Amino acid sequence: MNFEFTDEQKDIFAAVKEFCDEELKPQAQEVDRRGEFPWDNVRMLGELDLMGIPVPEEYDGLGLGFLEWTVIGEMLSAACTTTGAVYGAHVLCVYPIMLFGTDEQKDKYLRPLARGEKIGAFGLTEPMAGSDAGNVQTRAELVGDEYILNGTKLFISNGGEAEIYVIIANVQPERGTRGMTAFIVEKGTEGFEFGKDEEKMAFPSLPNRELVFQDARVPKENLLGRERRGFRVAMETLGLGRIGMAVGAVGLAQAAYDAAIEYAPTRTQFGQPITQFQAVQFMLADMATEIEAARWLTYNAAWRKDQGLDFEKEAAMAKVYASETCNRVASKAVQIHGGYGYTKDYPVERYMREAKLFDIVEGTSRQPPAQRSPEGLKCYKSKYESRARKDT
Amino acid sequence: MNIIVCIKQVPDTTEVAIDPETGTLIREGVPSIINPFDENAIEEALQLVEKHGGKVTIITMGPPQAEEALRQALAMGADEAILICDKAFAGSDTLATSYALSRAIRKIGDFDLIICGKQAFDGDTAQVGPGLAEQLSIPQITYAIEVEVENKKLRVRRLLENAFEVVETRLPALITVVKQINEPRHASLRGVMKARKADIPVWTAEDVEADPLRCGLNGSPTNVVKVFSPQHEYKGEILEGEIQQVTQTLIQRLQEAKLL
Repeated sequence: MNFEFTDEQKDIFAAVKEFCDEELKPQAQEVDRRGEFPWDNVRMLGELDLMGIPVPEEYDGLGLGFLEWTVIGEMLSAACTTTGAVYGAHVLCVYPIMLFGTDEQKDKYLRPLARGEKIGAFGLTEPMAGSDAGNVQTRAELVGDEYILNGTKLFISNGGEAEIYVIIANVQPERGTRGMTAFIVEKGTEGFEFGKDEEKMAFPSLPNRELVFQDARVPKENLLGRERRGFRVAMETLGLGRIGMAVGAVGLAQAAYDAAIEYAPTRTQFGQPITQFQAVQFMLADMATEIEAARWLTYNAAWRKDQGLDFEKEAAMAKVYASETCNRVASKAVQIHGGYGYTKDYPVERYMREAKLFDIVEGTSRQPPAQRSPEGLKCYKSKYESRARKDT
Repeated sequence: MNIIVCIKQVPDTTEVAIDPETGTLIREGVPSIINPFDENAIEEALQLVEKHGGKVTIITMGPPQAEEALRQALAMGADEAILICDKAFAGSDTLATSYALSRAIRKIGDFDLIICGKQAFDGDTAQVGPGLAEQLSIPQITYAIEVEVENKKLRVRRLLENAFEVVETRLPALITVVKQINEPRHASLRGVMKARKADIPVWTAEDVEADPLRCGLNGSPTNVVKVFSPQHEYKGEILEGEIQQVTQTLIQRLQEAKLL
């Protein structure tokens, strides 16, 4: 058992920390206020090699693990939640191509994604396929050398800004998950348009857009993996996605805690800084403890993934615990700021609004319990594995 | 073009503690960084090489831990780094330092341009760059804010107190750069990973064939008598009374100060 990072990891994280402190954090409030996709930040992520961390070096990535990706994502999210979310959504396009892509597909799509020259997005969610990811209605039909896609995706992070999309459609909707098929779709493809950009409670600068497919013509060679094996692509991607959500939540919780610990000693009431009051000390201590627990759950899930061990249960636990932690911590951070915390002069009101996202996305906090308890996990796994097995 | 950048590792603070006994800096517990102006020097070298081709070599004279500063420079994208390190160099003042650097540069041999930061953050002397140019008998242009290279000719805009001055010279030459010349880049992760594995040669006084009498304390005529942070006192005076009287007093004061 060793909880220490290697010297190389420490050097890498120190470089990212410096970048976060100097470039991302000072701009974070402005990024949120502007309501525009943070292209400047995203370009910098590319220049610093942060967009292809787990991608093998032969495809222009860094060839590092998901643990490194996790720790760096946490720092990005703590510095600028929106930029962290873009980084998290991007990998959900990178990873399935890395895992299931042909050499040609990797050459064409993985390289520019890893170099950060192009941004990726992952399109699974539909009006009727949220937590129930198997219920995808978007239709794909092979006509000659092209698949014709019809349907609508919803809430797609990076939608509209991303140039490369991994889309889960269905070649045989009547067969449910066994008809699901993954495709790589480029922005600009005929019949592929962007619909409504959702107006949300927070993250105005992060697009969550509708993807509309109306007889969209996707070349046959853009089939990702094999036909009717899309459910596995989706499940693999969502497994990583849960770690990603935990990463974002831990980063946000840390940012909220940092804001509280910076503010509290400067605030005097009844003739002393409020940190002298035990009630405030207890709050800060609880916040720190929960963040630490959430962080190690998350690191553990990422580490297990890197080791090739089962990590789905751990990822689900981390996702749920970290998202609930960030909601509690952000709320307490506002509490510690008092009236000022309710204003837009301080970032904590934003953190509190942003935190709710993590409770809801990538399987709501009320869904993964089925995957967290040993029995629930067994049911969940047998249900999905039997589907997956029949697929292969 | 081949560019050599001379850097210095300095304590990461402007208000370093000073040992009252010896008058020297207390370095324990203070994290070290690349002298900020030297980061501008590295950035300028990288930009010139990106434009004109060639390579960037970083050198520093310092204790073994100065290797860390060299690795940071490599992580930014420099091609090679050399540490000049020997007990014989301990206690070097700016003269002995520029001598030691000049010996190392003679050993490197082939170069077109040397870039230094305008001064170090800790000593603030701004002497090593110019001293080095003298030791090597090459032209020097200090306080560069803009640099252009064309046909072995160097054109530099200098930042002076109240003006810019544009100076041209032939290469090889030495320039020192000011903070405003560029925005130093962050190290990329690929750079960090490469820098970790890089081989950094350590050159001793013997390696660079330095004259022992011109090294370290032997070669340093400077004697530090006392080092201290000056107390800044900005005292304004508010003149009160009738407007005419105040105006007259003000004019009188300004005339006394020979400002009117």
